[in-house]
Amino acid sequence: MSQSYNRGLIEDFSRWREFSAGMWAWIFHKFTGWVLVGYLFTHIAVLSTAIPAAGQEAAVLQAGDDVYTQTIVTLEELLLVRILEVGLLAVAVFHILNGTRLLLVDLGIGLESQDKSFYASLILTGAITVASVPTFIAGAF
Amino acid sequence: MSTQVPEQPEESTESAAETETQIPSKGDARREEKRRRAAERRAQKQAEEAERAAADEDTIELKVFRYDPEVEGKQEPRFDTFHVPFTKGMTVLDALMYARDTYDSSLTFRHSCRQAICGSDAMFVNGSQKLACKTQISELQEPIRVEPLPHAEVTKDLVIEMEHFYEQMHAVEPYFQTNELPDGELEEQRQSRENREKIKMSTRCIWCSACMSSCNIAAGDNEYLGPAAINKAYRFAMDEREGEDIKQKRLEIIEQEHGVWRCQTQFSCTEVCPKDIPLTEHIQELKREAVKNNLKFW
Repeated sequence: MSQSYNRGLIEDFSRWREFSAGMWAWIFHKFTGWVLVGYLFTHIAVLSTAIPAAGQEAAVLQAGDDVYTQTIVTLEELLLVRILEVGLLAVAVFHILNGTRLLLVDLGIGLESQDKSFYASLILTGAITVASVPTFIAGAF
Repeated sequence: MSTQVPEQPEESTESAAETETQIPSKGDARREEKRRRAAERRAQKQAEEAERAAADEDTIELKVFRYDPEVEGKQEPRFDTFHVPFTKGMTVLDALMYARDTYDSSLTFRHSCRQAICGSDAMFVNGSQKLACKTQISELQEPIRVEPLPHAEVTKDLVIEMEHFYEQMHAVEPYFQTNELPDGELEEQRQSRENREKIKMSTRCIWCSACMSSCNIAAGDNEYLGPAAINKAYRFAMDEREGEDIKQKRLEIIEQEHGVWRCQTQFSCTEVCPKDIPLTEHIQELKREAVKNNLKFW
């Protein structure tokens, strides 16, 4: 940061205090992107512990006694995991919608309404997340 | 009165040095006394003015960033509050000028044309980059906070160092070049109406550096050309009169590592631009041009 200027004492002055829509969109997109990357690695790590299930007999799998089913059932029993799943959906939906928005921006379509499309993707994300709550939380309490 | 020699500012230091060695004459003492009284009167008048303004209902409160690295005691950045009587149609620049002329002549800021053409007075007003002469006081919330543009070295008060911005502007060669001249010695280089329309907005740049200051990326990456310079490149790259060769050269400049690809489409520049130039749109179009220029399917 700041290679050719040195504000010294006054570096902390005159920082942005008001973020515009585009800046929020950028920050949220970065944040959700990192969350998704983090989730992907955790996802692979957790599921790879259940690989031995592939070698098990059909009867065991049918009865749900294999490592894979056990892992999933244990995870889904945790309230925290249920709540995190809602969060994950919200993050993914926002990333998809804003990604589409950025695609349009890159194509030069609708640049005048970039802030409106950001607000729209926020509202849509909220709606989808709220609608998903019954499905994810059902039976958790 | 008639015998009094008019004071010459150029000679004042000289005469001051002379009087030190001389025995102060009666006239000198009188003049000294006169000056002292005048200063007193001025100070009193200023105080009265400030009091009256503060008491008056129709005044605005201006909080102005002050900093002067050359004067000890002013090196610590601070905010000074000025009460300026409001008049209809008053801009931030008008208020600053009133404050400077009435209360504190050391208040420093750049301004020239006062009609949003020279681009000297871009400032950070109430948390966003604004052209002071184009910003109506009535549209702002009080107290109005005036600071120098972020992400540049501050020289004094509201004056920032513009050298880096100018360097970036010059890096894109912001002048017309062509090697495609029309036949005939006196033939004009004509531009179609459509092409003129296309580059119209990009020609409006006044080099105020508000966009550069608002850009998150330019703040972190000093090599980034910045919105203004890329817009300048757009203005010439899209000008059909320059011809293919020069356009290739221009695309090479803007598609460098710290060229158009640094733009993250935050739209900050487009939002703060006092001339309403669609900067992001222009940057995006240059990105597409750069891609089209390099993609070969055969």
